[in-house]
Amino acid sequence: MTSSLTLRAALVSVLLLAVFLLIWQGATAGFGAGGTGVPSGMDPEYAKLMGLTATTGKSALPSPVEVGAGLWNVLTDPFYDKGPNDKGVGLQLAYSLGRVLIGYGIAVLVAIPLGFLIGMSALMSKALDPFIQVLKPISPLAWMPLALYTIKDSGISAVFVIFICSVWPMLLNTAFGVASVRKEWLNVARTLEVGPFKRAFTVILPAAAPTILTGMRISIGIAWLVIVAAEMLVGGTGIGYFVWNEWNNLSITNVIIAILVIGVMGMLLDQMLAFVARLVTFPE
Amino acid sequence: MSEPRYVSIEGISRRFQAAGGRTTTVFDDLWFSMSKGEFACIIGHSGCGKTTVLNILSGLDRPDDGAVVVDGTAIEGPALDRAVIFQSHALLPWLTVLGNVAYAVSSRHKRWSRAQVRDHAMRFIEVVGLKGSENKRPSELSGGMKQRVGIARALSIEPKMLLMDEPFSALDALTRGTLQDEVRRICLETGQTVFMITHDVDEAIYLADRIVLMTNGPNATIAEIVQNPLPRERRRLDIHKQADFYAVRNHLIDFLVERSKTFKDQRPAGYDHRHPPVVRPTAAPQPSPDGDKRAA
Repeated sequence: MTSSLTLRAALVSVLLLAVFLLIWQGATAGFGAGGTGVPSGMDPEYAKLMGLTATTGKSALPSPVEVGAGLWNVLTDPFYDKGPNDKGVGLQLAYSLGRVLIGYGIAVLVAIPLGFLIGMSALMSKALDPFIQVLKPISPLAWMPLALYTIKDSGISAVFVIFICSVWPMLLNTAFGVASVRKEWLNVARTLEVGPFKRAFTVILPAAAPTILTGMRISIGIAWLVIVAAEMLVGGTGIGYFVWNEWNNLSITNVIIAILVIGVMGMLLDQMLAFVARLVTFPE
Repeated sequence: MSEPRYVSIEGISRRFQAAGGRTTTVFDDLWFSMSKGEFACIIGHSGCGKTTVLNILSGLDRPDDGAVVVDGTAIEGPALDRAVIFQSHALLPWLTVLGNVAYAVSSRHKRWSRAQVRDHAMRFIEVVGLKGSENKRPSELSGGMKQRVGIARALSIEPKMLLMDEPFSALDALTRGTLQDEVRRICLETGQTVFMITHDVDEAIYLADRIVLMTNGPNATIAEIVQNPLPRERRRLDIHKQADFYAVRNHLIDFLVERSKTFKDQRPAGYDHRHPPVVRPTAAPQPSPDGDKRAA
């Protein structure tokens, strides 16, 4: 029975989470038991400088309860803005999402028409293949210096990096999907004297849509992976910058919260495209 | 033939590049014409180029020599006056039954309103007996129903000619019989000109007015054209009790088993590509117009 399977799976999930949280709580609590004051023989000035956590033996890693409390604070006030280095996680997330959506959107506009061209023309497919083969394996971050130098704007450079990393899976999947549309469907359109433009929209696009969506799903995943790294480099705003800034603040709690938020957002983006993919998938 | 040549295949050949730069001639110098409202079947072994002939008739393929003329105009490419019923039904799986038929209708009548397209499509869905299933997707249909949609789609554009590539070969015997009955009924009612490929001798006898026999490929030719001696009013129930049924059947099977291989080497005297021998196998021995002694 599927319902009971879902139920049992949910139970196991909850159990695993509980075990994980318990071990975490135990591990972080254990270190704190040692000493409370400044250890003897250490210069009090030095202890102050280093921070109490480093000198008393208490772990810098927050306990799950602390993270939970921090998460509550973040979730109840996600959009505050108290200057460049103190913005709410929601606001930072919005900056990152904005960059991803712009870069990804431009990539969609470029990759899908170009993919159609490659998929429909054997000549273009062969002619563009060497470029794609060389450009595809380049780490998107390797483009960053070039982007910064030519564009001279860190925000747009980050968008460019998102564009360049999300364009390849979509391009290749679109080309593959278009090239492998069943010949008989194309023949149906030909015998009905359907023009090339209408044919592209009424036969090739729906036939290739599931493959294209797969490419789009891979791309959004990569874009979301890359934005964090890109924002760590360019700085200023965004969830990636937030992570790095909180690391510099040695606020491990906020780093963990950011990691959680990044994971949940990535899942939501993927689920949205999975939903669209289900809409365009057809059973044969 | 004295009838007008509504469809005329005039000396077509088709060659393919084989490995090593050699060319293979699939079939060579085929001549055949059909009158309006005629049902012709073409029979031959795999590799004799039956499907290529059909593709040339549909315009999806081009002959290397020769031409095909339909209703006074040479075929330049695929056109709406010739509808194809594909062996694999070739329905667009993301459209419903109605969507698939309406796609053809709206391609034929570009200026029609949605309601007009819908009504016209529904009429042909009814003709093939699929009323009530118009909103189903092809994946929800049985093989026979899918092929019915293919037939409705082909008929809905009201073509001058219907081309069928083994339309019933993927169906079970019972469904095949029912569909053959319906295709025959529809074609007789509408006076449709039909060219059909088949492997099934009984199907050819039941449906066709004339049966084109092709020799084995490569370099296939039309060996002869068999006039179906059965009356046009025939019923599946008692077709095998008709006097001439076994005469035709034996003639066709004899050709497929034996003569399709040997014909090339034993061409009858005076064989002419333009006028392949016409035979009319009947129960009583009767010389054919070309003097072919095997006609009985």
